[in-house]
Amino acid sequence: MNKLWALKKSIWVYHLCSGSCNNCDIEILDCLTPKFDLERFGILLVGSIRHADAILATGSISRKALPRIKRVYEQMPQPKLVIAVGGCACSGGIFKNAYNIVGPFDKIVPVTAYVPGCPPKPEAIIDGVVKVINSL
Amino acid sequence: MNRKTIIPIGPYHPLQEEPEFFELEMEGEKVIDINVHIGYNHRSIEKIAESKTFDQMVFLVERICGICSTSHPIANCNAVEDLARIEIPERARYIRSIVGELERLHSHLLWAGLAGHFIGYNTLWMWIWKYREPILEIFEAVTGNRNHYAMMIPGGVRRDIKEEDIPFLSKGLDEAERKIDMVTKAVLDDPVLAARLKGVGILSREDAINYCAVGPTARASGIPIDVRRDDPYAAYDLVDWKIITQEEGDVFAKVVVRLLECFESIKIIRQCLKMLRTVKGEIAAKVKEIPPGEGIGHHEAPRGEVFHYVRSDGSNMPVRLKVRAPTYVNLPTCKATVPGESVADAAIILAAIDPCYCCTERIVTINKRTGQRELNGQDLLRLSRKKTEKICKNMGRRNV
Ligand code: SF4
Repeated sequence: MNKLWALKKSIWVYHLCSGSCNNCDIEILDCLTPKFDLERFGILLVGSIRHADAILATGSISRKALPRIKRVYEQMPQPKLVIAVGGCACSGGIFKNAYNIVGPFDKIVPVTAYVPGCPPKPEAIIDGVVKVINSL
Repeated sequence: MNRKTIIPIGPYHPLQEEPEFFELEMEGEKVIDINVHIGYNHRSIEKIAESKTFDQMVFLVERICGICSTSHPIANCNAVEDLARIEIPERARYIRSIVGELERLHSHLLWAGLAGHFIGYNTLWMWIWKYREPILEIFEAVTGNRNHYAMMIPGGVRRDIKEEDIPFLSKGLDEAERKIDMVTKAVLDDPVLAARLKGVGILSREDAINYCAVGPTARASGIPIDVRRDDPYAAYDLVDWKIITQEEGDVFAKVVVRLLECFESIKIIRQCLKMLRTVKGEIAAKVKEIPPGEGIGHHEAPRGEVFHYVRSDGSNMPVRLKVRAPTYVNLPTCKATVPGESVADAAIILAAIDPCYCCTERIVTINKRTGQRELNGQDLLRLSRKKTEKICKNMGRRNV
């Protein structure tokens, strides 16, 4: 675990949407804007998975997105942290029994933390990420 | 020699928040053709709806899209009310309009901010999203949630806007109006934005008609269509407002239309709030049963007309729900706007229709690599005919 101390300073997150209703995604973007200002915790949203320490995953993985999600996950450097944001990513939510849904996320990739809510408030998302940092 | 290059955008690309895949065919810097692949977000909502009751269906369609999360419920309730011939109380009509317009405000601001982000103008993004927050706060106070308001039910609305909330709402609106006014003036006078957006991605009036564009995309090309006026529902025929159009059809015109529409929305909300003080009474009509039959409903979502079709067989669940979201018709206009532009402009032109792919996702096309066949247009047609026949048979009717 000691190797992870470097992440405690500043964790870079990548936002991965895989069949969500867009609302969790908007709330994640909202975290960046002046009112919530995620960056004051050193959390930075990055454009490329290769730079990321953690994935903020939303949505309940559709069949078409599945191979891409696996590829994105494989490209991520170690240690791979995945934070499932929203009811969809945590449990499948309202789409649980849909024919095109293979999720929830923890069926496909190991998930580190869950932030439930539909959508979770930005405060909850920030809280989730900060809790992950503190647990490292 | 073929000098064509293909530049892929997506499905997971830093600029997009949703997975979608564009193939730009390039010749040097110039885009000569564009192909769109969607389906990454398809969640089979129409199918799930068949296993929900009419009341639950409203919460389901709310989750079609997080940004239009009251547009789909309004259209859906309109459809169910059309089916069951329900008259909604007057107070509920005003409340529906208020929530609908608040959503337009937050959605247009959201888009304007993202548009800034797309052209690398992050100051604009941060700035506008900051002014969007008060509107979300109003939502939280009035409906109990920042997004996914759960306000609509067939027959009316679920929550009342109380007398004591109205001053808070008006104050928030005044504040928002001042800020939007400031942003609008700044955006319209900004030489950088003008240089970047004027004359870019022009959608001509003819093309807009040919591609059946709706909403701000059509209005920016000089076509004054708006369901709120053309087929009024809720309280839109009881208040005074006007349709904003622009003639140019470029990206800048779309920005102008959206920003000016915000003021119309504020105007509508103010009038509705005033009426709420005098119009008292029930907020929802009693709905006992939904008779067999079919109904349609629509709503002018921030992106254009959303259309819902509901068919019932007399039980408590619908047998068919059909949704047509505005992006579904607006997206093909990129065939007319993107070719001929440079690759740097492609992203903002694609974003200019305010695309919302989670609304649009229609059918799952399974990748050939996994060994399964992709469905083509003919297959879909056959499937849909088969399904309609089955439904007709179950309902004991011969024709649609
Ligand atoms: S959890 Fe709710 S808000 Fe988030 S993507 Fe799923 S349906 Fe949308």
